[in-house]
Amino acid sequence: MKFTWFNLMPWPYLPEDFRDRHRSVWVDIDSSLFDPVKAHEVYNTYLDLLEYASTLGFDGIGVNEHHQNAYGLMPSPNLIASALARRTKDVALVVLGNSIALYNPPVRVAEEFAMLDCISGGRLVAGFPVGTSMDTNYCYGQIPALTREKYAEAHDLIIRAWTEKKPFAFDGRYTKLRHVNIWPRPVQQPHPPVHIPGGGSVETYDFCIDNTYSYSYLSFSGYIRAKALMDGYWKRVAQRGAPDDSPCRAGFAQTICVADTDAEAERLYAKHVSYFYNRCLHVFAGFADAPGYRTIKTIQTGALSQYAPPRGWGEIGWKELTEGGHVIAGSPETVRQRMEDLIKTLRVGNIFCLMHVGDMPKEKCMHSTRLFAEKVMPKLRGLYPEWEDDSRFWCHPIRQVAPASLPKEALAAE
Amino acid sequence: MGGRDNPGHDGISVGESMDRAMDLKTLSTPHAPVRCFESGSGTPLVFLHGAGGLLAEDPFLAALAEKFHVHAPLLPGYGDSEEAPNLRDMLDVTLHTLEVVDALGLMDPILVGHSMGGMIAAEMAAIDNHRFSRLVLIAPAGLWLDDHPIPDLFSAVPYEYPALLFHDAEAGAALMTRGVNFDDLEWLKGFLVTNARQLGMAGKLLFPIPDRGLKDRLYRIKAKTLLIWGDSDRLIPPVYAQAFKKGIANATLASVPEAGHMAIWEQTAKVVAAVEKFA
Repeated sequence: MKFTWFNLMPWPYLPEDFRDRHRSVWVDIDSSLFDPVKAHEVYNTYLDLLEYASTLGFDGIGVNEHHQNAYGLMPSPNLIASALARRTKDVALVVLGNSIALYNPPVRVAEEFAMLDCISGGRLVAGFPVGTSMDTNYCYGQIPALTREKYAEAHDLIIRAWTEKKPFAFDGRYTKLRHVNIWPRPVQQPHPPVHIPGGGSVETYDFCIDNTYSYSYLSFSGYIRAKALMDGYWKRVAQRGAPDDSPCRAGFAQTICVADTDAEAERLYAKHVSYFYNRCLHVFAGFADAPGYRTIKTIQTGALSQYAPPRGWGEIGWKELTEGGHVIAGSPETVRQRMEDLIKTLRVGNIFCLMHVGDMPKEKCMHSTRLFAEKVMPKLRGLYPEWEDDSRFWCHPIRQVAPASLPKEALAAE
Repeated sequence: MGGRDNPGHDGISVGESMDRAMDLKTLSTPHAPVRCFESGSGTPLVFLHGAGGLLAEDPFLAALAEKFHVHAPLLPGYGDSEEAPNLRDMLDVTLHTLEVVDALGLMDPILVGHSMGGMIAAEMAAIDNHRFSRLVLIAPAGLWLDDHPIPDLFSAVPYEYPALLFHDAEAGAALMTRGVNFDDLEWLKGFLVTNARQLGMAGKLLFPIPDRGLKDRLYRIKAKTLLIWGDSDRLIPPVYAQAFKKGIANATLASVPEAGHMAIWEQTAKVVAAVEKFA
């Protein structure tokens, strides 16, 4: 089991009447709601929390990419990961990930990820999402119906850039390069482990199975609703003739809040959970799913965008969110039981623990994080003993050099 | 063919009833089989539809067919037609549509396009510029003026369409919402599939900004050109008519009062009369 502490980095100062006065948290959000002076503190607090989690025994700390989005302040996750690389040791840096269809040329991602892998000493777990329609189409202008083809080409280019030893020419439809020869190269050989966030399309299942990548389902709807989708994935793993059904082939993101008792969890965290579901997920329906972004096959399976649920997120309260499994919250024992249920029913070896929620202040977040790390996580570790040694989907660090290792300046003695 | 199991609905895709009103045939092109409606007699006219596709029993096509021999091909992905993944950009679509006119066996039909279809027609006339002698552009897309940004159709939600597309938004809404039922999940799935096929294709030409460099090619158009524009077009406002007029050497403008972007449905008789007078 691998547990990654994740922070989406939400802007914590959205006004109470945000839903009524603004149409979207994403794409065309009112810029007057952003305050760079406050952002200085927000970013540094969030970096502190990621570093804090790294000291508690989490296997990884995670960051991701969003644009023009008040619940995700990381247009460049690589900047955050780079800061973390210097201030942490041993923990994996899970960048989930870079939306590779957005970069021109995509070798930029191969280069930056290689830099991160070198700086961190082989601690990078590389994510390659297609990116949400909000990010990829509406903010970054990619043509919806061509996004996936461009993504696939960018993936091929990046893997070749990482693995081929000699300069090569790349004649793609979207990128043409005469001399591909990235410098630096990743520490991890042949390349860092790859995780692919997906939303239920068979094409993405096959892509992961065929390349030995881990399939991650990043949902805000919780594990109970995820069962059908993950069952579909495991069915496909068997159909496709994968050599094994290691749970490390799959990951799941889950919002988790831990307190001393169930009642205390509600008292401490309900309003921050409500902030997230009420304000942060308030996405204008017109931005949820550009026509052509999803394949026809995917739409036909009934996979609608989680950003435009039929009756909206706004009306859903604590009771429904916790009972429905959107949020796993309560005493350490309650959380342990539900996490065990999640891990077993979805058969997932990678858990992305969304432990900073909405406008949660740092003290509460640290409390919840520590309780999870000390009283829950150790009891979940042994759930798949036969796959303990499956290292194909995780990073392989080298011996770490301590930062600040310069000698005292000695030239004066000469 | 794409098959009849693809659930369409009135207002966006082609219904069965139109098959009876007009002949529907399949043309062979190097990219995909193309579905094409045909009706009427007389001077041949090719009509290229806009991003919304054709209506079931499209009133504009029916009226046009009373005066001309109308051919209305569907862009791949529209209605029940097969998609063409190999059509990716403006040049692909321009050449493809020239192939369609070839497949119809027509050398110099009156070339008429509405909105996105107008953009394609203008590109065809600019690229194959000795072929077409008469070009009719009805509120064509293809230009972008910074001072007059065109609203983003791709992020509009269905209830916003009527105000963008019609002079009389209420009547427009009635026309567009026939058969619409967002509470029915199966219907919704069909709607989303149709939308993904049609607007997914349109996005290759129009997303995120409907400008693929046409302004640099307008000078090549030699055809006598008629621009038709609704006075209350809120999607591509009439100021764009002036920009097209300026760019095309031999262009005249027919403005249509009490008509929005969908002038072809709101003022069908006036638009057809303008085409007839021009031809």
